[in-house]
Amino acid sequence: MHAFNYESPSTLAEALKIMKAYGEKARPLCGGTDLIIQMRAGVRQPEYVVDVKKIKELRELKFSARSGLRLGAAVPCIEIAENEEMRRNYPGLTEAAHLIGSLQIQSRASVGGNLCNGSPAADTTPALIALKAKARIAGPRTEREVPVEEFVTSPGRTVLKPGELLVQLLIPAPAAHSSDAYLRFIPRNEMDIAVVGVGASVTLDGDKVKAARIGLGAVAATPLFADKASESLIGKPLDENALATAARLASEATSPIDDMRGTAEYRRHITGVLTRRALTIAAERARKR
Amino acid sequence: MEATTSNGKFKVIGTRPIRHDGIDKVIGRARYGADYYFPGMLHGKVLRSPHAHAKIKSIKIDKALKLPGVKAVVTAADLPEAANRLEQAGEMAINPHYLSLNILARDKVLYDGHAVAAVAATSPHIAEEALKLIEVEYEVLPPVMTVDEAMKPGAPILLSDLRNREEGDKPTNVAQHYQFKRGDLEAGFKAADFIVEREFKTAMVHQGYIEPHNAVGIYNSDGQATIYCSTQGAFDVRSLSAQVLGVPVGKIKVVPAEIGGGFGGKTTIYLEPLSVLLSKKTGHPVKLVMTRSEVLRASGPTSGSHIKIRMGATRDGKIVAAEVWMAYEAGAFPGSPVGAGAMTILAPYTIENLQIDAYDVVVNRPKTAAYRAPGASNAAMASETVIDELAEKCGIDPLDLRIKNGVREGSPQVVGPPFRRIGFIETCEAIKNSEHYKSKLTGPWRGRGVASGFWFNAGMQSSATVNIHTDGTASVVTGSPDIGGSRASMAMITAEVLGLPVTDVRPLVADTDSIGHTDVTGGSRVTFATGMAVYEAAQDAARQLRERAAKLWEVKPEDVELHDGVLQLKDSSSFEKGEGKPPMTIKELATKLSRTGGPIIGRASVNARGVGPAFATTCVDVEVDPDTGKVQVLRCTVAQDVGKAIHPSYVEGQMQGGTAQGIGWGLNEEYFYDEKGTLRNTGLLDYRMPTCLDLPMIETILVEVPNPGHPLGVRGVGEVSIVPPPAALANAIYRATGVRMTELPMSPPRILKELLKKRAAEETQSAAAD
Amino acid sequence: MSKKTLVETTINGEAVEFLCEPRQSLLECLRDVLEMTGSKEGCLTGDCGACTVLVDGRAACSCLMLGVEAQGRNIRTVEGLANGTALHPLQQKFLEHASLQCGICTPGILMSAAALLEQNPEPSEQDVRYALAGNLCRCTGYDKIVKAVLDAAKSMKSAAGSTKAA
Repeated sequence: MHAFNYESPSTLAEALKIMKAYGEKARPLCGGTDLIIQMRAGVRQPEYVVDVKKIKELRELKFSARSGLRLGAAVPCIEIAENEEMRRNYPGLTEAAHLIGSLQIQSRASVGGNLCNGSPAADTTPALIALKAKARIAGPRTEREVPVEEFVTSPGRTVLKPGELLVQLLIPAPAAHSSDAYLRFIPRNEMDIAVVGVGASVTLDGDKVKAARIGLGAVAATPLFADKASESLIGKPLDENALATAARLASEATSPIDDMRGTAEYRRHITGVLTRRALTIAAERARKR
Repeated sequence: MEATTSNGKFKVIGTRPIRHDGIDKVIGRARYGADYYFPGMLHGKVLRSPHAHAKIKSIKIDKALKLPGVKAVVTAADLPEAANRLEQAGEMAINPHYLSLNILARDKVLYDGHAVAAVAATSPHIAEEALKLIEVEYEVLPPVMTVDEAMKPGAPILLSDLRNREEGDKPTNVAQHYQFKRGDLEAGFKAADFIVEREFKTAMVHQGYIEPHNAVGIYNSDGQATIYCSTQGAFDVRSLSAQVLGVPVGKIKVVPAEIGGGFGGKTTIYLEPLSVLLSKKTGHPVKLVMTRSEVLRASGPTSGSHIKIRMGATRDGKIVAAEVWMAYEAGAFPGSPVGAGAMTILAPYTIENLQIDAYDVVVNRPKTAAYRAPGASNAAMASETVIDELAEKCGIDPLDLRIKNGVREGSPQVVGPPFRRIGFIETCEAIKNSEHYKSKLTGPWRGRGVASGFWFNAGMQSSATVNIHTDGTASVVTGSPDIGGSRASMAMITAEVLGLPVTDVRPLVADTDSIGHTDVTGGSRVTFATGMAVYEAAQDAARQLRERAAKLWEVKPEDVELHDGVLQLKDSSSFEKGEGKPPMTIKELATKLSRTGGPIIGRASVNARGVGPAFATTCVDVEVDPDTGKVQVLRCTVAQDVGKAIHPSYVEGQMQGGTAQGIGWGLNEEYFYDEKGTLRNTGLLDYRMPTCLDLPMIETILVEVPNPGHPLGVRGVGEVSIVPPPAALANAIYRATGVRMTELPMSPPRILKELLKKRAAEETQSAAAD
Repeated sequence: MSKKTLVETTINGEAVEFLCEPRQSLLECLRDVLEMTGSKEGCLTGDCGACTVLVDGRAACSCLMLGVEAQGRNIRTVEGLANGTALHPLQQKFLEHASLQCGICTPGILMSAAALLEQNPEPSEQDVRYALAGNLCRCTGYDKIVKAVLDAAKSMKSAAGSTKAA
């Protein structure tokens, strides 16, 4: 690994000062499950590694039935997985957090870090997209919010400007009769990067779909919000026709590549399969709320 | 002591004591190769080619040498030229020239990861930085990545001096062509009622040991060097390193550390000569450890292969003809296990008419090394699935077909004398009568498959000494690195012969100066051959103990017997005079050794004959997700003829471990190279080995048909269980989905593709029928 | 080479200080600096679990943690699993069940299993398999490992029960 300096600010203000001073030479460190691997491979070589795990805003995990969820960018996935409120209110996002790697990875990796790494295959990102999550970004002078589906701009790159830090993910409170689900396809039963990841959230009005959002991962250069597929469900019962249409539209929204984890053809097919399954699970859960 | 079967005659053999090295391993104290640290030790790193095939135009090391903390840089220029012909290195026949080129490339690099230079520095991080400062000029050449590409006329030639007997002086990528023939192939196929012909491709896979390669080299100014390393064969490391370094074998001592898995991949050398070379240049101990990426790119995976097979049977299920064409990837230098593949592919069956043509082909991939029954799993994927098809066509249960054609005592082998007493049929029957096989498998998209496998096992040389200590305990010293619990078995055999409690016998694995020559831990030979040497060494110690008692009791040694650790006169009334009265325990006698002639050391060395081959039959239940092609292994049972299980837990362990590797080989493991010949999956994220969550419990049935060639009936057990699983899975997938897979691994995209093809074909058919 | 930092941490219940460069992982610090070679290096990418240690009670890959991050944390390694010379029930059961062949994955697996049993004293077979999914073993096929963990859970439960009853 290259030689670097390690900073460990205790407050957000301190962290932003460091990020401003070093700009592109600095990179935040959460769980390190991506950054340390990248530094070893020489893919990222920041001069300053800024450990953000002491900052209280980034460690916050606060849910209220009225205002929704404030998920600190540095909260390790395992804390989400073990949180009863998370499991009840956002089962899909919780599933996604609990699927990332092994327990060893989950004790360190964070949803924020997963997003900022900018991988199209990140597991939690499609679940966030399905939940209409926003990224709260702090800069040297101001803060801004960006919808999660706009956060990653290309593989490994995000909207973060030098000096900016992802502070929290903001997720609306679940409406009545709504829930979410996340499914991914991997060749083994654990440890693999998603070949396809699908996050779905559904809000029901009687037996009709009032709102729906489908997030897709690992099937394009960035995680996607499958808007056409999502809109196709509005006002309809979630029957075989609706599922088949949504599945087809979701597949069509993808622009997958051939790589050693799957072919483009395979990914398109699996997108359809998982979209159906994720919508069905989300709807089942929604009916119970 | 006579060889006995499991009729309760043994006191220690067949029990399950806790292994003597166990505590160190569970508390983290056991020292593996990377756990050695020495004062003044430097850290080494290797610069590796990023190209699959290229000429080396120049190597400039001066910038690297200038980096503070760097103490030495070596290239092939620092190694002597080695003989380019087959030579004996211990028991192996190797080509020192090719071996040396694999350690450090000279004029050409032949695979992505091929070593080009090595650096020693004061920290591993500085050594890594130094690598970036070494300037290598390459002239990139087109890579040849598959056997088919390599065998095409006009293919780029990897080794300009490689020739084979058939092509004369024509440069070639085909290193060897083996052929085995018997009977009349044409007549055989004419007589067949059913013929099945299939073509198979299997991907290159890696042994996947969790511990990367390592070596610490210490060179002394008198020319003596010591190497600490994790290896399956300290004497092999010694002779191979001596070849590469151009020194006599006696100049090198190898101390085998504990080893974190090998499965055949640690039977050769990579870092060891480099560690000595760098130590020589720096005057310090130098440690090198491979990263996982280096292990995958640049150690010794096993061959991918292309196999075409045609088999015919008469409707009663008798196999009457078989024809095989098989080509295996050797990697950058000759020496794939295709010969073994050819000799194992049909070995479990008596087939009158057969012809096997086997080709060893070089390609721009790492030089292949042994992997648990090398060559046999690829071959069995082809033969055991075709046999399954034939059984279906004949309307015969696949196990019954195997029993009908199966080899037994007196049956001919493909090469060599007829089989002696073996247990193949017994393994088939064990599966047939198993609760697993008799149980019903219900549910959609579920299927059950069986397959069998064969492995020769090896004999070769081993040495052993048994020391009797002054308190009547003993230690047994061998030169066989323990990769699976074998040292416990060595202690058990010694304890059985001497009649001591197994906790009173301490097993040791010694270095190359402290024990007689011992061949590699591999070929399923340790419990067999080293066990034989241990047995004889213990008998030697027992003989000496009887002699000492005879001396004390003033009788003839023939009149003394040793039983359960107690020395006694055969006729107790015959004692007249002498010191002490019979009986006498070994403990008591141990205090009188110096007076009666000195310390007792039992010794033996063997070049073991009487090897018993191994057979396994595996049954597996799978469930296939028809929408994704993903396979779940629901249940798995493996029956193996184990001869005599010295320590049943470790025999079971070998069967389970080999089965797990076979399942990984069958479902998800493969090397991905891109069109430039660069390895894409250089880590354990994308080289997908089974995790704990991917496997069920693996049920084992130990069939004990004693090997008549061994005093205790031992048959090698370590390897054969890896042979059947890929084919067993393929047969199960067929029954679950109706699709016959012919490519390994049977990963979800491949299975889904076949499923969709089948569905489309059925839809076209039914549309046409309307 | 950048300046070394002093790290103050707790390892296996003892206060420990060491010097390291920021680029040295916790695994490297344990092995190369503190001479605690029980934790093993298998892949350096968090895919094999051979380097598993417990950080504040949770299993983590020490290869994906910087040594400087150990500041103020509570680290447990395989060297601290036994109570003096009294083996932890997991260690004892691994020996009895022959759950190790080469033993290189054993320290990591023991730590993951210890974390599991501290969280969930009565795991099912699936719970055990899930908890160990991040620890690769190439020798055993996991069968005897899972059996040992389940057996250890049973014996720890009955030991706890009998101390309660006493």
